[in-house]
Amino acid sequence: MGLDISVTQGADEAIIQLSGELDAAAAPKLKEAVEKVAEAKPKRLVFVVGELHFMASAGLRVLIFAKQKMGSGVSLYVIGSQGPVLNTLTMSGFHRSVILQDTYKPLE
Amino acid sequence: MQGIDIQPTHEYQGYRIRPGKPFPFGASLVPGGVNFSVFSRSASYCVLVIFEKGAATPLVEIPFRGMFAKAFTEEPVWGEFRIGNVFNMTVLGLDDEAIEYGFRMDNGLAPAERGKPAIHRFDPSVVLLDPYARSIGGRDVWGRAPDWNAPFPHRSRVVSDDYDWEGDRPLEIPLEDLVIYEMHVRGFTRHPSSGIDAAEAGTFSAMREKIPYLKELGVNCVELMPIYEFDEFENSRWDDERKCWSKMNYWGYSTIGFFSPKAGYASTGRLGDGTMVADELKSLVKELHRNGIEVILDVVFNHTAEGNEHGPTISYRGIDNSTYYMLTPEGYYQNFSGTGNTLNCNNPIVRDMVIDALRYWASQFHIDGFRFDLASILSRDPWGGPMANPPLLESLAFDPILGKCKLIAEAWDAGGLYQVGSFPAYGRWAEWNGKYRDAIRQFLKGDPGETGAMSQAILGSPQLYQGRGPTASINFVTCHDGFNLADLVSYNGKHNEANLEDNRDGANDNASWNCGWEGPTDDPSILALRQRQMKNAIAMLLVSQGVPMILMGDEFAQSKFGNNNTYGLDAEINWLDWTLRETHRDFHRFVRKMIAFRLAHPVLRSRDFFHYSDPAGRGYSDISWHGVQAWRPDWGGRAIAFMLNGYYAKGGTAPDDFIYVALNMHWDALPFELPRLPDGFRWRIFANTGMPAPEDAFDAGAEPELADQNVCLTGGRSVVILVGRSEAQ
Repeated sequence: MGLDISVTQGADEAIIQLSGELDAAAAPKLKEAVEKVAEAKPKRLVFVVGELHFMASAGLRVLIFAKQKMGSGVSLYVIGSQGPVLNTLTMSGFHRSVILQDTYKPLE
Repeated sequence: MQGIDIQPTHEYQGYRIRPGKPFPFGASLVPGGVNFSVFSRSASYCVLVIFEKGAATPLVEIPFRGMFAKAFTEEPVWGEFRIGNVFNMTVLGLDDEAIEYGFRMDNGLAPAERGKPAIHRFDPSVVLLDPYARSIGGRDVWGRAPDWNAPFPHRSRVVSDDYDWEGDRPLEIPLEDLVIYEMHVRGFTRHPSSGIDAAEAGTFSAMREKIPYLKELGVNCVELMPIYEFDEFENSRWDDERKCWSKMNYWGYSTIGFFSPKAGYASTGRLGDGTMVADELKSLVKELHRNGIEVILDVVFNHTAEGNEHGPTISYRGIDNSTYYMLTPEGYYQNFSGTGNTLNCNNPIVRDMVIDALRYWASQFHIDGFRFDLASILSRDPWGGPMANPPLLESLAFDPILGKCKLIAEAWDAGGLYQVGSFPAYGRWAEWNGKYRDAIRQFLKGDPGETGAMSQAILGSPQLYQGRGPTASINFVTCHDGFNLADLVSYNGKHNEANLEDNRDGANDNASWNCGWEGPTDDPSILALRQRQMKNAIAMLLVSQGVPMILMGDEFAQSKFGNNNTYGLDAEINWLDWTLRETHRDFHRFVRKMIAFRLAHPVLRSRDFFHYSDPAGRGYSDISWHGVQAWRPDWGGRAIAFMLNGYYAKGGTAPDDFIYVALNMHWDALPFELPRLPDGFRWRIFANTGMPAPEDAFDAGAEPELADQNVCLTGGRSVVILVGRSEAQ
């Protein structure tokens, strides 16, 4: 099972929808997508991961990369994480560095 | 521009390879692949063995060799991928997250027989763990019974060392300002009462959830019992009667790999991903730092899990037995650790490995300090003799990367070397002060004539550390070894039957007193006395100069039922029982107040010893000793008092109150005549262990004034702590 990425770019935000498995093989593809949306300098970067079944540490690293790439003025949202993906986020402690929501509600 | 060294020079069974880089040792990620580097002085042949994660049979075995063009002739010849004594090779296009690896080594000799002495123990039938493995698979979930016949039980993994530290840096709290909490990662949250989800209990991530508790307790440093990869099943056996494992290695003082966090302590361990395990620990450190809490690791460099001649070949002995271990001329293992072998720490290769490991933990995990188990072994030469100027200890003391790390020695070993007060310190090392523990225990139980030893303990042990200062002294009444606090006041002798060694294990000399009944009792007077004695001990510890250390569980009086050596019990006896926080809430409150009192009063935390002088002419020297009569201490009895002049706190840089402490370990109440304070100053009561809660301790600033400013009546076996300050303040 691979990774499907769909990107919706608005004025202030970029929404990246993920489904499938985010493993070491798929991570570079996501990294490329993040680099691309970063060019438009959105204020919010939103990962919708409800349909993501698995995330390896390479995948987690892309999220961290995204956070660092966007800089401190940009909020990172992770939406609809559950099961193993949520576990990966909480066990690694990354959930404290992002805004975790069930459904996307921009905070500002 | 991309480097030009990402092209393969050789190919082996479809794997693209090239001679690698000798530094750094171990497996490291390089552009396009993974570089492997391993030392062996005596191996003539080395093979890299790569497995798919968890697989029993290898994916490929790639020798560290290939064809090279011979100089001048261009004729092809076989050559090793080796520089000096270091085999190195880069494998390109390898999915580092999907593999595990090890080495095979040989030098052409017949393998040594198990149980027989030998200088070399090469055995090409064994896949060896990388001594520099940053992550080790095979014991990924604590207590999950392994496949005993697995040919490669401890499997090296590759770790990516990038991590988002979010600006975290080591805290560098001055040593004298620390209050250390010695704890066991698993034991902290394993008990069902911790409220942590069962799947996550006992892990780094669970500990992170409980940081608010540590913060509330008030400690500013945790010292973690071993978290290097170890095998909890080492020496274990299945107890058919009780349907559980007995004699597990619960404490973990038996290292398998010095660079790898214990996977079974990570909730991410079950994912089999070494980087996630490392990141989980890093997240714990980051969060502790955010809360002002430092992290010290208890590190075990004196021996490894390979045991003696009868032990298993896991790594070091199959790579270079006589380099890594102290051997007799016949090839038997020296045993200064009491566990079968002794790491050859002052051999230059091993010394470098120890330093590399500590630098790795300090730089990649932001660890604030290290406590060295049986550190006296680190002062022995390769033949076992103690050295005056041991190179390893000197190197650690002066190491640039460890320059701000706390270095703490357990200044003795199991071979009879006892160096409390004489450990080669180079102005850097502190020691677990075993003599402090003994003095305070004897005074506490009311032995006569201990006031002199007690006064040295209060002062930070100048009789041991003159020239080094009180910060050389890590003060403790209890630690993981020996009785905990509740048992120190409830048992005269050890009760170690649960360890299944017929009560032979553990120390016999505990300087403990059961307060009138051995073990559990309903007698309210005995229970009250025990609680008072525990408060006395905590009070003495926290008003002593030096660095106090409190054992996990002692803050709410958890008992281990008289067992003073619970190394092998993965059971409730060793798990922090959070319900006791409520059961012993008065005592718990007292401990918190005492910690807060210490941190509020710089005069209790001097960097230098007192001078017994009053250079500023304030009318009171920095410290003075008293007895039932002010200014007249009785050095032969069971009671003593002292007064600190806050003007001289931290060399006069942090003005503080006067503090007066009366320590009465006589069974009768005694009236202590108080030294007269300057005009306008009044004595106030911070603590009186002779009073029930909440009058046993008060908040800073809310201490009630002492009715009689001339005499302080101190109950039998009680401690009174007064603060003296001016009304104007």
